[in-house]
Amino acid sequence: MKRRDFVGLTGLAAGALFLPEFPSFGGTPVDPARLLEPGLDVAQKKRLADAGLNAAKAAGATYADVRIGRYLNQSIFTREKQVQNLASGESFGAGVRVLAGGTWGFAATNNVSEAGIAKAAQLAVQTAKANSKVQKEQVRLAPQKGYGEVSWKTPIQQNAFEVPIAQKVELLLAANAAALANGASFVNSSLFQINEQKYFASTDGSYIDQDVHRIWPTFSVTAIDKATGKFRSRDALSAPMGLGYEYLTPKAADQIAGAAGTGLIYYKNSYDILADAALAAKQVKQKLTAKSVVPGKYNLVLEPNHLGLTIHESIGHPLELDRVLGYEANYAGTSFATLEWKAKGLPYGSKQVNIVADKLQPGSLGAVGYDDEGVKTKRWDLIKEGKLVNYEKIRDQAHIVGQTESDGCCYADSWDSVQFQRMPNVSLQPGKAKLSVDELIKNVDKGIYIAGRGSYSIDQQRYNFQFGGQVFYAIEKGKITEMLEDVAYQANTQEFWNSCAAVCDESDYRLFGSFFDGKGQPSQVSAVSHGSATTRFNGVNVINTARKIG
Amino acid sequence: MLSKDDAQTILKKVLSFSTADECEATLNGSTGGNVRSARNSISTAGAAENVSLSVQARFGKRSGLATCNEFDDASLRRCVQRAEEIARLAPESPEYVPLLGPQTYLASPGSFAARTAAITPDYRAEQIGASMALCEQKKLSSAGFFNDSAGFVAKRNSKGLEAYQQRSSVDFSITVRTADGTGSGYAIANYTDLAKFDAARLTRVAADKAASSVNAKAIEPGKYTVILEPAAAVDLLNNMMNAMDARNADEGRSFLSKKGGGNKKGEKVFDERVTIFSDPTNPDVPDLTFAGDGRPQQKVTWVEKGVVKNLYTSRFWAQKSGVPDIPPPGGWIMAGGTQSTADLIKSTAKGILVTRLYYIRAVDPQTLLYTGLTRDGTFYIENGQIKFPVKNFRFNESPVIMLNNLEALGKPVRLGGNLVPPLKIRDFTFTSLSDAV
Repeated sequence: MKRRDFVGLTGLAAGALFLPEFPSFGGTPVDPARLLEPGLDVAQKKRLADAGLNAAKAAGATYADVRIGRYLNQSIFTREKQVQNLASGESFGAGVRVLAGGTWGFAATNNVSEAGIAKAAQLAVQTAKANSKVQKEQVRLAPQKGYGEVSWKTPIQQNAFEVPIAQKVELLLAANAAALANGASFVNSSLFQINEQKYFASTDGSYIDQDVHRIWPTFSVTAIDKATGKFRSRDALSAPMGLGYEYLTPKAADQIAGAAGTGLIYYKNSYDILADAALAAKQVKQKLTAKSVVPGKYNLVLEPNHLGLTIHESIGHPLELDRVLGYEANYAGTSFATLEWKAKGLPYGSKQVNIVADKLQPGSLGAVGYDDEGVKTKRWDLIKEGKLVNYEKIRDQAHIVGQTESDGCCYADSWDSVQFQRMPNVSLQPGKAKLSVDELIKNVDKGIYIAGRGSYSIDQQRYNFQFGGQVFYAIEKGKITEMLEDVAYQANTQEFWNSCAAVCDESDYRLFGSFFDGKGQPSQVSAVSHGSATTRFNGVNVINTARKIG
Repeated sequence: MLSKDDAQTILKKVLSFSTADECEATLNGSTGGNVRSARNSISTAGAAENVSLSVQARFGKRSGLATCNEFDDASLRRCVQRAEEIARLAPESPEYVPLLGPQTYLASPGSFAARTAAITPDYRAEQIGASMALCEQKKLSSAGFFNDSAGFVAKRNSKGLEAYQQRSSVDFSITVRTADGTGSGYAIANYTDLAKFDAARLTRVAADKAASSVNAKAIEPGKYTVILEPAAAVDLLNNMMNAMDARNADEGRSFLSKKGGGNKKGEKVFDERVTIFSDPTNPDVPDLTFAGDGRPQQKVTWVEKGVVKNLYTSRFWAQKSGVPDIPPPGGWIMAGGTQSTADLIKSTAKGILVTRLYYIRAVDPQTLLYTGLTRDGTFYIENGQIKFPVKNFRFNESPVIMLNNLEALGKPVRLGGNLVPPLKIRDFTFTSLSDAV
């Protein structure tokens, strides 16, 4: 059954204030003021968690963890001059995961009392024991020391929930007005805000209290040429970030000029939605009459707000160890980068390709102090000078690759979802030598400069991919010449990363983010960032996506 | 599971607590569970049971929603009060339309099966266990997902609207791979009634495809005649159906927008053998007979003999533009022929059989161009026979172009709440090869 069939009637209604067709983060609709009320204090959470841990042990669990989660969200949707939807949500409950008979069991409850959590713990043990009868592989956990009572908080300057809704609505409507004043036919804008207040306790002796914040302002501007019937869109060049509302107070120091001749402006740790909306409207009109690309091989110059998604799909996902091992075969897929492939020592990319996983990076979506199975987070190398050196893993996977510790990649999107391995922030390191975007382009004879996140698709083992973008410019003899349309590039992951010829320096480095990355059955979302500087890839196959219907 | 009378008793009480200008209450209940496997072993399992109430309160053009899952008088009263508080805080909606009054709904008793509602955790473990054992015997590796749900929806509002219906569903999908990872097969099914479910049959289909897809040959990408099995056709067709919104078309940003303004309703857009309709009373795909906002789901013809007959709309847009007020359908039915996929293969001189398409993403909404890849069983056909497995392809194709290049339609089968025929299409565009298995 399609999810919307069942969730549809109340699920949609639950999220919406006006219209039922907007995505919702779920939870119970609440008064926005509720988002600022404190949850349970740490002492209460510890008492509740201990009730769960004790019940699990008494029922025969050899390991248990309890997550008490309060997940808060607010989303605002507007179009042109009107608010379409405002929703504030709260979801509160506890999930208990246990090991019994060498098998995982999980149960969750929204009855957050000692009795409620103990009952969930017993149910989790019961499930683990039932499943252990048909289990072939016993779970082996990497050892993990307990941290005692600790806490972590996203280092935000302003909690977005403290900002009055009217002020946020005004900002979105002002962005819409800027787009309309510059010739847009339509504009939709939205603001997503998330706060995860999560408490983790385990039989290892950890009691971890965390307060995690994320934000994403975005829009899509559309221009229509009635005479020809042609329409085009240009989306925002913002990035979802692990920041507070300070992201929406633009600072000049955070603005980075795009390649000369494009007029593009990019953003680091703060975003000017008004300026970007005005520019988007101008660019979307140009897109209506831009030259259709001639297909062929081109040298591509990809800026970070575009390249982030390519990194995500062709490096971040194939190095998830659960995919490598086959646990996602029926849904998200497996990976070409198997243990056997790694052992061959073949180059993943050229020498310029240095990829790090980093759960600590400030401002990133994946930054937390500890993951959802109580492992302190860290930074580690995935690809060094083009060679695959490590994977992304959690406690029950480390032994499979002969390692003794988890990488801290465990995450659940809610208290009632079981935690499993998710992608950390995965980033391309900037070049060590000084190199600006214009210097990079100077050496490109025939190329295309691509900005922004567009259409994306990759196969289930992460070989063959196709990416579009938001805006495209032709590069001829070292210079940007004109805007192009109907561009998409197709490549093989290893060929593509081996064609990486140059990476700009640190001054061009910034984060791209994916707010709704899906994986697992039942499906869960997670948010993750990818940093890079503008990068050149040689001889990539570009196709023309224009078609004619009717 | 609340009965119709029990549900409406709660809803009447909810409405009696309301002081708003308009109030609508919806009860949604479901019980179900799932089990997931990989590497011939169970990886996760879960179960959930929930009944929740949502209350929508309106003062003038302001509206607010609240939900709860406790049904004593005090909890119900609090939920109504919360909806009213939120409504008072809300800005006026420029697209306000009043709540609907009493409606007449079709009956679709087949939408619920008691057998599905009675599924136990043991049953789920047995089914997935049997499926895993079958693969183990053949030295194949399976990854599967079994998910079931049964429940009801009940609705009532202050204008006199009243609705109640029960539903159930069973979903199963399985990917089977050879031990060396050089072959992969897939099967998927979805039913209302568990009686139709057969895990062993589906597992055998996936296992056979896995075994016969090893040593795939690379052939040049390009334009080929393809036979899309229903599991390969369903997502592209679903994407097209999801793009049949009247407002987007009227605003000029849809594949159904017309040059100079307006939409293509009444125009021939597809091959004349293309007919797509929805019918919530169809015994093979019984569905809810009311939409989320209470509008009746009737039998609606969307495309008839290639001509676009209807677009769906929001109530606001229907009133504003004076067009028929039709909600988007729950599922759709594409009329087909009597031939099986095997029959379509027999009549094909040269072509490619596609089991499944994967990672489908929009490339150009103007032409409804999509890209994605074949997966889990792609075969070359010559002189009416499957000759050998071929490497997977990336495609760039529009369902609109595809349904103009129609060679033949087979007998529709149920998938994802729709009835989907296997399709034989000429000049389907493959743009590159993939090494993925």
